[in-house]
Amino acid sequence: MRDKLQINALENEAIYIIREVAAQFEKPVLLFSGGKDSITLVRLAQKAFYPAKIPFPLMHIDTGHNFPETIAFRDKLVKELGVELIVRNVQDTINQGKVKEETGKYSSRNALQTTTLLDAIEEFKFDACIGGARRDEEKARAKERIFSVRDDFGQWDEKNQRPELFDMLNGQIELGQNVRVFPISNWTELDVWSYIEKENLEIPSIYFSHKRQIFMRDGLIWSASEHVYREEDEQIEELMVRFRTVGDMSCTAAVTSQATTISEVVAEIRASSISERGARIDDKRSEAAMEKRKQQGYF
Amino acid sequence: MEVLKIATAGSVDDGKSTLIGRLLYDTKSLTDDKLEAIARSSKQKGYDYLDFSLATDGLVAEREQGITIDVAHIYFSTKTRSYIIADTPGHVEYTRNMVTGASTSQAAIILIDARHGVIEQTYRHFFINHLLRVKDIIVAVNKMDLVNFSEERYLEIKADFEQLAAKSDYKDQNITYMPVSALKGDNIVTKSENMPWYRGDTLLHHLENLDTKDVYNKGQMRFPVQYVIRPKTDEFHDFRGYAGKIYGGELSVGDQVVILPSQTTTTIKDIYFYDQKYKSAARRSSVTITLEDDVNVSRGDMIVKVNELPEIAKKFTAITTWMCAKPLQVGALYTLQHGVHKVTAKVTAIHHKINLDFSGKEENVSALKMNDIASVSFQVNKPLYFDAFKAHRTNGAFILIDPQSNNTSGVGFIQ
Repeated sequence: MRDKLQINALENEAIYIIREVAAQFEKPVLLFSGGKDSITLVRLAQKAFYPAKIPFPLMHIDTGHNFPETIAFRDKLVKELGVELIVRNVQDTINQGKVKEETGKYSSRNALQTTTLLDAIEEFKFDACIGGARRDEEKARAKERIFSVRDDFGQWDEKNQRPELFDMLNGQIELGQNVRVFPISNWTELDVWSYIEKENLEIPSIYFSHKRQIFMRDGLIWSASEHVYREEDEQIEELMVRFRTVGDMSCTAAVTSQATTISEVVAEIRASSISERGARIDDKRSEAAMEKRKQQGYF
Repeated sequence: MEVLKIATAGSVDDGKSTLIGRLLYDTKSLTDDKLEAIARSSKQKGYDYLDFSLATDGLVAEREQGITIDVAHIYFSTKTRSYIIADTPGHVEYTRNMVTGASTSQAAIILIDARHGVIEQTYRHFFINHLLRVKDIIVAVNKMDLVNFSEERYLEIKADFEQLAAKSDYKDQNITYMPVSALKGDNIVTKSENMPWYRGDTLLHHLENLDTKDVYNKGQMRFPVQYVIRPKTDEFHDFRGYAGKIYGGELSVGDQVVILPSQTTTTIKDIYFYDQKYKSAARRSSVTITLEDDVNVSRGDMIVKVNELPEIAKKFTAITTWMCAKPLQVGALYTLQHGVHKVTAKVTAIHHKINLDFSGKEENVSALKMNDIASVSFQVNKPLYFDAFKAHRTNGAFILIDPQSNNTSGVGFIQ
């Protein structure tokens, strides 16, 4: 038996929130992208319910344009945890004619995910979706509640949010509505990395420095791939890079890096003068890009 | 790392967002890409300075109107600790957001425009922070550059605020005054050269030296049961753990405890955090405990130490802040959520409305409108196990949920 327990405030808060989800909702799901934030969530959920298993499934909305490294990692982790994984594909939503593939230089499936996600919520009748979004990521997210109610159309009414007082989380909803839950709302990027380091969590290899085929556009490093549109004059080069955030290939830019261990990654982030979402192509569309996507039901 | 949560309060144009932007800028917490975005927007608006409020006002409507509508959370850290700032709107109609921001904060910065001095809004901001028992208050007299950095003006405002503070019944609250210019950076992170007469700390220095152990409110140990853990695996076949967060005090193995509402007495057997067992756990820890005896415990029950029983009652009176457009009325039914415990509550009486300027109360009130604060009596269908808010910040508060809309419509502080 160990001596006195002193755990960090952010971890305590996150565990408390995850337990509230299990207690207040009938069909929760944890949205898992294979990125560092959702990997952190999975560990927090393990801690929340030990020695029982995580009492809800994980769900991945697969754009079909994900980094293969992330998908391999996802499947391995789910096997180890012994939890159910649900995968729903953006490609199927496209095939059903519900959304149209974007074309052109900046085409991406990132925004199309919303429809697939909303369909899956309806299909499984999920009433709570746990996600790894953090308030420090982006300024529309800074306004987000921990329990964020979405209407029948999955939409976010940013001007009419429920007040959240003390630790009390109000998860009461009507049939058809759902709540998006953000247990690591108050964590910063550095908090997440420090936690991954402390917990010695395994993460996909693309977070570490590796040699990659890339091309440059608008001052950002893009992955060269069959899924990413490239103009003729955009030359492929090879560079030592890593990813700070993992969306799909068409919306995530790389950064040059020599960091091959988590402690090197942490040191690099401490010294960095660019924000995490500075390498998110999807946010560069306009100053209100995130707010607009969130209103429509995006995470 | 330690985390300190701070709320800001100020009227429209007092420069709250600018102050936060300045804190971020001077602590080098703004990354190059964010700075570039601020520079670009400032230029577009035709300003010849960096408009730091653009770092925090996240919604389109906020940027359009140049005001803060909703609580935004801003993060920065120094070598000493991490900070979370709840930037709350200053408009009268957003009092509910101010209450929300203050409810999770240990410290509050109240901004006063040096040109306007203490105004009605200042009374309201201080009242809310006193009502919510926020431990540390910083009164930042801002825009000192616009009053020629006048010491006389600063002292005048300070004296006005001291008069206001004298009316408060929360005598343990620490109140610190400082003259600043958020726009120019005076006394935010670096000491002002324009105000040599001020010998106090800069804002950041003051925040860095706050004792976070002290600003978290203490009280008797309360363990509301959140979730029952029954793995039913071979290894843990008979395991029955109670998950929850410890409030007020510490919990140790061997502690004699009472389960509420059944009033059964038992002993703490194990304290788990993940796969490790501990002898004791500090307050605010999210743990799982097991008990020596096979007793019936479910979500919403509360575990307390023997000889430390809270009040157990079905009738009580609470200072209630109303947060909903639909008025609160005598006779109405609400879902009352006290921690993780939900009961049905009936409003039995509205005694009086409380003026937010400490000037007294208004009798003969039949309903509460949004942003009203009043003394209200409730009756609930099952007993509540509570402490007075003044003695226990978490176990003395509850929220009211409208059963029709499901919205969080009010918050109560039990007297």
